[in-house]
Amino acid sequence: MAKKNNSLWTVLQTLVETPGPSGSEHVIREKIKAEIQEHADEIYTDALGNLIARKGTLKEGGKRIMISAHIDEIGLMVTHVDDNGFARFMPIGGISPLTCLGGRVLFMNVTQGVIGMERLEKDEHPELAKLFIDTGATSRADSKIGVGDVCGFERPFLDLGKRLVAKSMDDRVAAAIVMEALKEVRPGTNELYFVFSVQEEVGIRGAITAAYGVDPEVGLAVDVTRTGDTPLGVKMEVALGNGPAIKVRDSSFIADPRVVKWMVDEAKAQKLPYQMEVLEAGGTDGAAIQRTRAGVPAGCLSIPCRYIHSPSEMVDRDDVENSVKLLVGLLGKPVSLG
Amino acid sequence: MAKNDISTKFNPRLGKKEIDLLTRLCNTVSVSGDEQEVRSIVLEELRDFTTVTKVDAMGNVLVRREGTGEDRVRVMIAAHMDEVGFMIVKDEGDGVFEFRVIGGVDPRQLVGKPVIIGRDHVPGVIGAKAIHLTTPEERKQVLKVDQLRVDIGPGGDSKVKVGDRATFATKLAILGPSIRSKALDDRLGVFNLIQLVKHAPENVDLLAAFTVQEELGLRGAKTAAYAFDPEIGIAMDSTPANDLAHYDGLPNTSHNTRLGNGPAIYLMDRGTIGDQRLIKWLVDSAEAGKIPWQFRQPGMGGTDAGEIHKTRAGVPSVSVSVPQRYLHSAAGLIRIEDELNTLKLIHTALTRLDRSILNLQEKK
Repeated sequence: MAKKNNSLWTVLQTLVETPGPSGSEHVIREKIKAEIQEHADEIYTDALGNLIARKGTLKEGGKRIMISAHIDEIGLMVTHVDDNGFARFMPIGGISPLTCLGGRVLFMNVTQGVIGMERLEKDEHPELAKLFIDTGATSRADSKIGVGDVCGFERPFLDLGKRLVAKSMDDRVAAAIVMEALKEVRPGTNELYFVFSVQEEVGIRGAITAAYGVDPEVGLAVDVTRTGDTPLGVKMEVALGNGPAIKVRDSSFIADPRVVKWMVDEAKAQKLPYQMEVLEAGGTDGAAIQRTRAGVPAGCLSIPCRYIHSPSEMVDRDDVENSVKLLVGLLGKPVSLG
Repeated sequence: MAKNDISTKFNPRLGKKEIDLLTRLCNTVSVSGDEQEVRSIVLEELRDFTTVTKVDAMGNVLVRREGTGEDRVRVMIAAHMDEVGFMIVKDEGDGVFEFRVIGGVDPRQLVGKPVIIGRDHVPGVIGAKAIHLTTPEERKQVLKVDQLRVDIGPGGDSKVKVGDRATFATKLAILGPSIRSKALDDRLGVFNLIQLVKHAPENVDLLAAFTVQEELGLRGAKTAAYAFDPEIGIAMDSTPANDLAHYDGLPNTSHNTRLGNGPAIYLMDRGTIGDQRLIKWLVDSAEAGKIPWQFRQPGMGGTDAGEIHKTRAGVPSVSVSVPQRYLHSAAGLIRIEDELNTLKLIHTALTRLDRSILNLQEKK
């Protein structure tokens, strides 16, 4: 049987158009598994739902390396459906009322809806408690959703040529990059564990247990990072199109300097553009890997992304391709952290 | 060999013996970090019922009650022994003490409350200036904890030391169909876990964790879960019922839970997204046993499940709580039927538990 080998871009579009908020990753997990399982030597789902694919077997001079991209996305969970069928909700992960308003949502049970808001007083700021989901139901009895039902934003994939836009680029673009790297890489002496982790958006939870189970010698998260290149945006060096970002620190961890050097050296060797990332706020699976068991040298490969946690997250096509090249180069050679 | 009271049928009731146990559990001073009074009662109650009981380094009581069936699932059930309360931090003489709050207590609830201090339950009161002497402006202010003092009266100083824990002095009372106490969070869980150990179904290995320091951040559960290394985790706790009508006449969309509607099954809180397989297992068990149940509205708050599920390579976990009005105050209120139905639900669910419920994929 021929191995599934959809292009990176086809895979990315499939991933971003699949709903999968934290705790409801079963659909996206099965899609990823179907695409990669023939390329892996072993594939399994752990107790919390992390999908873990091994490629290569540890040999003299190699290392056990964990690469983690999270497959959950931010979303909403219904807390109450009123007599007229309007649903109140709690955020799953970091959700701003500003990006909700007027948005459309897709429930795991395929019910669709729109987000509306109570009338605000003059100068009043919208809060999540003032918002509700309208699924078109006319009553509670008529509603196809109830307490506990989960939805994500619904927004089609948008190809702007050099730039690509979708909801859940965070972190599906990384998942697509890691899947492509898994297909291409020749592990040599390394034993590679590609982890598609769950529940990152609610506190990096899946990576904690995945890292314990994998027990790696080196860890690398792949995630998106903010940029400082929009009008009057945050003061930050990272810009779209300037290459993969090599994380130095964020508010969840300080990347191991040896891992940072390993990544920089590889980018230079391949003559790839790259940029150093110092992120003021935010966290990734790298933090969980670093603190597993007796400690693991860990870092993070970041994909520059505008408008993170909105329904329209934007990445650069070249950054995505260069991230794959960097990752394949890193994983296919013996690793010396010096 | 321990005198295990083995029964497959279990019909929970609150008779005189049970009420007496719950009363003793609730009337202790057992604030986070000094859970000795409750720990003693738990160890005494379970002395004859189990072969393996251990007090770990943190002070958790870990009881391993193995079944006799085939292919038993290792289930950890946690109930925390600690409660919110106070710590004496400074002796100012003449029986007056400065104190701090341990865990989540609303400072607005402190003024004028009787308290009991330390393992001797020395009585005292949190005093404040009389209304005669306060100005209208003062009465609009919420007094901060460091402006308040515990007063035990002169002559009693030697019985209270800096570092002692204290709680509200409220004694447990049965109010018709309800129970009122200061520490139903989580002595109901402790009480229920004791009953489950005594009446454990034979198809599971019950790993009962009576945990410490939950109210300070699920600290005991973390080490308990590491030690037990369970396959699934359940936290039994208590959760607010904010079910009274709104004073402004608007619909109450955030009741969290409602008294009398049965055990509250968690979907999501600050620390845990409930495992969907276990939620379904609990709901199916309730339906099969014709036990009333409700979902706790997804929201903030947390239980020991927040640590259990992140243990080692991961533990699918879920929480069930008894709904309670006025949680973390001097007097919480629960319905006896909710308490009994919670115990019944967990017991029924355990008898129905086998590995297929998890349907875990094995390594290929």
